[in-house]
Amino acid sequence: MTKLPDRLGHFGAYGGRYISETLMPAVMELEKAYLKWAVHPDFKKEFAYYLKEYVGRPTPLYCAERLTKKLGGARIFLKREDLCHTGAHKINNTIGQILLAKRMGKKRVIAETGAGQHGVATATVAAMFGLKCEVYMGVDDIKRQSPNVFRMKLLGAKVTPVSSGSRTLKDAMNEALRDWVTNVYETFYIIGTAAGPHPYPMMVRDFQSIIGAESKRQFKDIAGKLPDELIACVGGGSNSLGLFHPFLEDKGVGMTGVEAGGDGVSTGRHAASINGGRPGILHGNKTYLIQDKWGQIIDTHSISAGLDYPGVGPEHAYLHDTGRVKYVTVTDKEALFGFKTLTLTEGIIPALESAHAVSYAIKAARKLGKNQTLIVCLSGRGDKDLQTVSKAFGYEL
Amino acid sequence: MSDTRISRAFARLKDKGKKALIAFVTAGDPDIAATRELVLTLEASGADIIELGIPFSDPMADGPTIQASSERALKKGTTPEDVLDAVKKIRKTSEIPIVLFGYYNPIFSYGVKKFSRKAKEAGADGVLVVDLPAEEAGELKEELCKNGLDLIFLLTPTSDAERMKLTSNVATGFIYFISITGVTGARQSVSKNISSYVKKIRCFSSIPVVVGFGVSTPVQANAVSSCSDGAVVGSAIINVIAARQNDRKALLADVGEFVSSLKKGMNARG
Repeated sequence: MTKLPDRLGHFGAYGGRYISETLMPAVMELEKAYLKWAVHPDFKKEFAYYLKEYVGRPTPLYCAERLTKKLGGARIFLKREDLCHTGAHKINNTIGQILLAKRMGKKRVIAETGAGQHGVATATVAAMFGLKCEVYMGVDDIKRQSPNVFRMKLLGAKVTPVSSGSRTLKDAMNEALRDWVTNVYETFYIIGTAAGPHPYPMMVRDFQSIIGAESKRQFKDIAGKLPDELIACVGGGSNSLGLFHPFLEDKGVGMTGVEAGGDGVSTGRHAASINGGRPGILHGNKTYLIQDKWGQIIDTHSISAGLDYPGVGPEHAYLHDTGRVKYVTVTDKEALFGFKTLTLTEGIIPALESAHAVSYAIKAARKLGKNQTLIVCLSGRGDKDLQTVSKAFGYEL
Repeated sequence: MSDTRISRAFARLKDKGKKALIAFVTAGDPDIAATRELVLTLEASGADIIELGIPFSDPMADGPTIQASSERALKKGTTPEDVLDAVKKIRKTSEIPIVLFGYYNPIFSYGVKKFSRKAKEAGADGVLVVDLPAEEAGELKEELCKNGLDLIFLLTPTSDAERMKLTSNVATGFIYFISITGVTGARQSVSKNISSYVKKIRCFSSIPVVVGFGVSTPVQANAVSSCSDGAVVGSAIINVIAARQNDRKALLADVGEFVSSLKKGMNARG
């Protein structure tokens, strides 16, 4: 496999840079800084230091014995990103980007957030490094993820509600881009997923690849071989790409990305860009998008705010077209089943995003033999979702 | 320079020692029937070139005024095909140059080839796509070129010499210099060093350079066009439209009056 993306950020037909001219010099400056520092020993050392001492890496690769036994199929391993500081994989990327922002002399960082996990991860590193931080969040998401909103505020970030459009993640990203275009000289935009204009999809993937690199090493130590299948949820797709990427050239390893099926793809109320969308251009890249006949972006739906986005990272679009990764969907209802099952059998409350991956893993494990192995990326913990889940289960908090 | 409605308009103005007033409206706001009347009113009031916005669900480069305008147009069900149809109707009675202004996804979704052909058939003269920098413009450029349409590009205060050169190499019709770093919208004041940017752009390009973003008063229009080839006014016109959505007659009268005042301001010798 040739190394992707190409010089202009293309993954086959996808990716690229579709942004207003004002931002072109900014993303080119960022690309230059990233290419310089990504290979620099000082940067690598500092990144590794904070991942270990601050984030708490390596995260365990935990064998879910009871879940495995209950299903009677493949052995299930959980990559415990939920144990990262702040409770999700998002901080791997924000540490990387803020170290870059510092080296570029930026005084202010901005971010978009859906579930609030990326917002919290950004506010956290901004607090740690003493940079000003503003997070854009849709008003609907602010309502369903209020604990994270308070967390960001505690961390000193300004949380700006976005009431335009569908009032969720995509609109938060629009607003963050508007901020960036206005304050481009002093501001670093920390994008939370492997999407956006080049170099973001590449850079975020690289920062998150620690998930897959650790898993590979840990699994080898445990089993002395490679796993049979990797499973992760896909919204924008940063935890999945982080897990998949170090295994892409290992032909025997199957990979499945789980998209948010909402009420079911056929109902139109979903957030499954690959399974229910077609190629288009939004937020700086060409990729699969949920859109109407005329190319207008449609409101998406998922019980999980972090997956409620009409696009997907361009590398996923490419991996779908080449067939290297299989993309499936899991509905809200199925995700809740996964949520409950994992909680009861393993004592781990997963984020609703990760519950999508768990739910698919339950289906997949049953069909596989006992000698086969699955790694599921448990991208985040579920504390932030208790409000949503209690409502779904009819329990008053 | 090729002989198009756009190039002829600039040549005519130059002969008279005048600058171009470029007026932006979103097609379909307040409804698509009004768009034809609005464009004819803009022309009668002194606009030299029209930028006709194709509404998009996610106008990332626009401020609240044009966002709201796009939303109103989309609520009325305005499609790219409706916009082309409006151009066709305008062409029956007017020769004013029309630039289709928008985001790439509706064009890409419609089909770049089909869009370019239909735009030509309808009588449009150029296309400006806010989120399509020179690097990604190859396919659209080729198709528009085949149909004799201009592809207009933006340059900004962040553009360095290299980007000015790159963009100038592919831009035709005119170059649109964004006078501020930010989104569209009426502003209290316009940037002061526009003249030095325009001079820099002219080192790389021989086509006209116009200035926009934030231009909202006759005085500002005069200021920015005095050091360039023209001024673009968008949000300030949309504000007038937004205030008169339910009264067609008053809408046209107010827009006409406002645009006349801009034109008068531009012709005034400062």
